[in-house]
Amino acid sequence: MKNQHLYDLENESIYILREVASQFKKPVLLFSGGKDSIVMAHLARKAFYPSRIPFPFMHVDTGHNFPETIEFRDAFMKELGADLIVRYVQDSIDQNKVQEETGKYASRNSLQTVTLLDAIEEYGFDACLGGARRDEEKSRAKERIFSVRDDFGQWDYKRQRPEPFQLLNGRIQFGENVRAFPISNWTEEDIWSYILQEGLELPSVYFAHERKLVKRDGQYLAYSDYLNIVDSDEIEERTVRFRTVGDMTCTAAFLSDASTVEAVLKENVASKHSERGARIDDKRSESALEDRKKDGYF
Amino acid sequence: MELVRISTAGSVDDGKSTLIGRLLFDNNALTKEQEELVAKKTAEKGWEDPDLSVITDGLVAEREQGITIDVANIYFSTDTHKFIIADSPGHVEYTRNMVTGASMAETSIILIDARKGLLEQSYRHFYISHLLRLKRVIFAVNKMDLVNYDQDRFLEIAVEIQRMVQGLNADVPYTVVPVSSLKGDNVVKQSENMTWYQGKTLNGLLHETQPDVSGTKPLRFDVQHVTHSQENGFVDYRGYSGRVISGTVSVGDTLRVLPSNKESVVTEIRRYTETKDQATSGDSVSISFEDEIDISRGAVLVHPDQAPEPQQSVSATVVWMDEKNANVGSKWLMKAGSREFPVKLQTILQSVDPTNQNAAENKDVIALNDITEVEIRLSQPGYFDTYESNKKNGIFILIDPQSNNTVAVGFIK
Repeated sequence: MKNQHLYDLENESIYILREVASQFKKPVLLFSGGKDSIVMAHLARKAFYPSRIPFPFMHVDTGHNFPETIEFRDAFMKELGADLIVRYVQDSIDQNKVQEETGKYASRNSLQTVTLLDAIEEYGFDACLGGARRDEEKSRAKERIFSVRDDFGQWDYKRQRPEPFQLLNGRIQFGENVRAFPISNWTEEDIWSYILQEGLELPSVYFAHERKLVKRDGQYLAYSDYLNIVDSDEIEERTVRFRTVGDMTCTAAFLSDASTVEAVLKENVASKHSERGARIDDKRSESALEDRKKDGYF
Repeated sequence: MELVRISTAGSVDDGKSTLIGRLLFDNNALTKEQEELVAKKTAEKGWEDPDLSVITDGLVAEREQGITIDVANIYFSTDTHKFIIADSPGHVEYTRNMVTGASMAETSIILIDARKGLLEQSYRHFYISHLLRLKRVIFAVNKMDLVNYDQDRFLEIAVEIQRMVQGLNADVPYTVVPVSSLKGDNVVKQSENMTWYQGKTLNGLLHETQPDVSGTKPLRFDVQHVTHSQENGFVDYRGYSGRVISGTVSVGDTLRVLPSNKESVVTEIRRYTETKDQATSGDSVSISFEDEIDISRGAVLVHPDQAPEPQQSVSATVVWMDEKNANVGSKWLMKAGSREFPVKLQTILQSVDPTNQNAAENKDVIALNDITEVEIRLSQPGYFDTYESNKKNGIFILIDPQSNNTVAVGFIK
């Protein structure tokens, strides 16, 4: 028998995706190559089948991605037959719109906001579909399914529209846009259970593999040219997997032998650690994500 | 696994955050990071019992002010059930958020401070649960440790609750459970301090299954999107994609399309690569017909013998959610399912005072957080059921065409 609660969640997500396709003139699906955006893309495929997904995909490429993720992204887009737009943070840096962070913890994670907002303006996107989940973080837990952003992409919790009975109001003024979150109510465990159920493929970094790592503050980071290595860092080779996949500079690895979806699911449930614990950017302060969101971050 | 949606309402003083924290803590559902946060805050405060209140409030402003402002969704699971708690604010000025939180729930938990008994907001919370026709209300009489776990005090409150329920003529099933969130009595673990209470713990109550009857109601299918395709091996696929709002549809059924009143026979029910004989309440599917008929977004598909009568105007209870007041003659867009059309406020009947049923007020404006009975004239025929008979086809929102804000939620009478 199929898993009833996953079926319920799938029903809800398909409903949301269809509302986005119908209520907006120019939606785009933000695709990072991570597991949540892969699940969202799969749900979009289901929502419109046998048609192609009626909106393009966009990846804001920080230039610091895992090469495995990019490779997967391109193969997956081919399989879906989707149009992929790629915009580069490097271009925003070259145009002096943002400044590269310096020092040990330098990351491009918050810089991508500027690139994203520029791309939204360039294409005139009025809705951006994102794979954010409310269980990820405390301020995410407060976000609506349709989150209205002003011209500057800012999130204002006081302006949030009530969504009783999931009646979604996507009406906006010129220049505003909506961030729409079809998998809001999925938990990390739901995502992995669904990947297992649907037999979805993921980038290889999600599974145990040998890797050269940098041990810093008790966490393992992937060794790469993008990381500013300091004297106190230790370089090690270990078998790890990534539970959440962002930039190589700000995503921590877990020591793990889990090489299948089943094994990952079992290990995540047993660990009791939250997924965001591996996001080094969120540890900058107690409100790091809320602050970034106010600035137009996803 | 069963998915259970719960809403909680209360202010910080009622110990709502602590109750949710306790529910997660004793169900062993906190993450390591949350456990560390609890340990850290408990040590800072020098408490004997864990400070479980720190898990829920998510916004900087909420932590600063020590109140819940907006609905937070909290997820946890046990061996048999998955829970989504819509943690809603309790203050009157956030009534709109409370309604939003409760709208997705089957069960609401209303917190009562054992020392204080029912307060104005308890009446308001209960009234909203009643207005939304939730399947069940659980009154958690909290802070029993501060009244020495006194059975008489509990019974006094139980009588007050009974009086409130009767006063509203509410037929919503309810249960009253004595708890201490701080100490953990009757939240997940049966209390040793209240052996006089023989009922289930709060957690036990939440694990009771509430039967879903929406599949047996008349069919209402809301067309969201027309899928037309010559791809993936299809020659000329045409499917009407949407959600079964209520009832059940089978291949071979004759359906009527509203508003065109055309009829045709269902030839296929599709969900992705799978075709189904039947779809029921909640299912997102695509329906194909024998004949080529004109159906677009906003159409409602029904069985001809169970079709709703078209309405030119509706009576409804609205909960006002906007700072801008409404007057007779005000115009908005009504959104019901995927239909959106202009409407006009025709009559304001009365505003309800949830704390005192006899004090209905006759006013000529509707203001923020008012709960008001109105008549609304529709520019296009409505196909509503009453909220009481078929919840999901008895609701709408109103949108201000100037600000684009969602200004009200309405329940058809």
